[in-house]
Amino acid sequence: MAKTKAAILGSGNIGTDLMIKLQERSQVLEPAMVVGIDPDSEGLSLARRRGVKTTHRGLQGLLEDEVFEEVEIVFDATSAAAHLEHAPILKRENKIVVDLTPAAVGPFVVPVANLEEHVDVSNVNMVTCGGQATIPVVWAVSQLTKVYYAEIVASIASKSAGPGTRANIDEFTVTTARGIEEVGGAEQGKAIIILNPAEPPLIMRDTVHVFFEEAPREEVMAAIEEVVAQVAEYVPGYRLVQPPVFESHLTEPLFIPGRGELRGTRVTVLLEVEGAGDYLPAYAGNLDIMTAAAQRMGELLVEASKG
Amino acid sequence: METRRKIRINDCTLRDGMHALGHQYSVDQMVEIAGRLDEAGVDIVEVSHGDGLSGNSLNYGFSAHSEREYLVAVRKVLKRADLAALLLPGIGTIEDLKMAMECGIDTVRIATHCTEADVARQHIEFSRAQGLDTVGFLMMAHMIPTDELVEQAKLMESYGAHCVYVTDSAGALLMEEARQRIDALRQTLDCEVGFHNHNNLGLGVANTIIAIEAGADRVDGSVAGMGAGAGNCPLEVLIAVTDRMGIDTGVDLYTLIDCADQVVRPLQKRPVQTDGNALMCGYAGVYSSFLLHTEKAARQFDVDPRDILVELGRRRMVGGQEDMIVDVALELAKDGSR
Repeated sequence: MAKTKAAILGSGNIGTDLMIKLQERSQVLEPAMVVGIDPDSEGLSLARRRGVKTTHRGLQGLLEDEVFEEVEIVFDATSAAAHLEHAPILKRENKIVVDLTPAAVGPFVVPVANLEEHVDVSNVNMVTCGGQATIPVVWAVSQLTKVYYAEIVASIASKSAGPGTRANIDEFTVTTARGIEEVGGAEQGKAIIILNPAEPPLIMRDTVHVFFEEAPREEVMAAIEEVVAQVAEYVPGYRLVQPPVFESHLTEPLFIPGRGELRGTRVTVLLEVEGAGDYLPAYAGNLDIMTAAAQRMGELLVEASKG
Repeated sequence: METRRKIRINDCTLRDGMHALGHQYSVDQMVEIAGRLDEAGVDIVEVSHGDGLSGNSLNYGFSAHSEREYLVAVRKVLKRADLAALLLPGIGTIEDLKMAMECGIDTVRIATHCTEADVARQHIEFSRAQGLDTVGFLMMAHMIPTDELVEQAKLMESYGAHCVYVTDSAGALLMEEARQRIDALRQTLDCEVGFHNHNNLGLGVANTIIAIEAGADRVDGSVAGMGAGAGNCPLEVLIAVTDRMGIDTGVDLYTLIDCADQVVRPLQKRPVQTDGNALMCGYAGVYSSFLLHTEKAARQFDVDPRDILVELGRRRMVGGQEDMIVDVALELAKDGSR
């Protein structure tokens, strides 16, 4: 079967990694064009070397190219502000859109948790890299019991945070926290991001703290281990670094300002995300988990659209 | 020493001091301390979660009250002093800053790890545009050479900071290193230069005096040292020394001494002092607020807290990575049981 043509908006770290993934790892999709705004960017020149069409005139360059008609799906890896401009145009042109920016025009999707829920939607949002790495764990616990509060700490190597991420760090925390609530199922979500400049660069680390209504610990433990294995199917370097740590707050309740005292159990899940090393080296697991999830979502949407 | 510049004193008792209390000040305690700081003539009083606005979390600890409650209450008792808040991009956001502005802050301090100034751009530009006294805070300043620190400080100045701080979050700077850094910033920047430190190596007052000598315009301290690790530069001691040196800070010594002896020190359940574990923060170059979290993890997993701190330093963990303390403790416990 011929592969479905995809266009990628954005020639930064995420867009370039996604291009390589589609070219080398997808049985369903192939990159037909990479769209940038700087003709000298490393991403566009790599695309050209790999035989992928490019334009440096942004979305307009794609719209005016003959390949556009054949493109069925567009991945947007630009910025939230740019996606707000791209979204209505792509909708008018009837393209399926997978949005990797924090713009959140469409519903949030996280593989494992809710991928199948939105296969009939024309624009889906991939939350954030930290969200992709952590929401599955929150979701797994919320399938068993009420999650009062969930919080994530994403630590990424400074070198893997591009200028877009740096200029809009608030969008990361706000969007991830929303994803923890809307997809993860927590009553209240919080996200923290830390950039660490250590050399050699540290592999992405994610810590998930989930505070839940008392439930059997072995069931919670099993659910977490299962969901980690499911994520590892599409990001092989995704793993538990330590067994989850439980702490009871049944006799000494947890006090959260604005909410009062909560009785329950806290579990701390320490994760590591080693990337496949497609574009940036393996420490940049934050790129991989985002692009691998987007690839999976894109394939699913295309297959659904073909019935 | 003669100086014509008026040194501005920024008190951190109610912000960094939150770490020492596990973020549990009552509103009344904050009001009592703030009133005395104002009376003493301190220029700026900082109020926030220890980890900055929106630091409330399982990772860092939840405070006894909301930041809005603390800020509003302290604002009411300040007659002369400016009110400041701290914000760490990646933890707090511009929305939190707007909340603090509604509560009447005059100054905001935007803190990043010393190599990551560019993540503060949106916050510094916003604060400056809103007319706030805007400070850039380069944390863990011991971790990079002076020339690299200067480049990061220039970025913060270019975004609009009125003052850029050399922030010795680990209390790890040696005396010559502190002097070099302040001196280099002073010579390169047109904006003000500030210095914040911790007493982990017992250099709290000494390095702050060195910073003043090297041209710092603002320096931080906390009453009775009330801050993370071995505490900050103890403010009443600093003022005693500056008085003796003939440096006019405009701050009244006796009022601060009374505040330290009568109010702040009695609140310290765990003494804020350069004891073994606090010393190790400075020795290993570890973020001072890791101290209490490390002591908890050491008890929980039965490992030596000093080993945890040394390993965190070896891994080059930065401010905010409190989650890695449990990770290290579990790793050490595994090694120990082998």
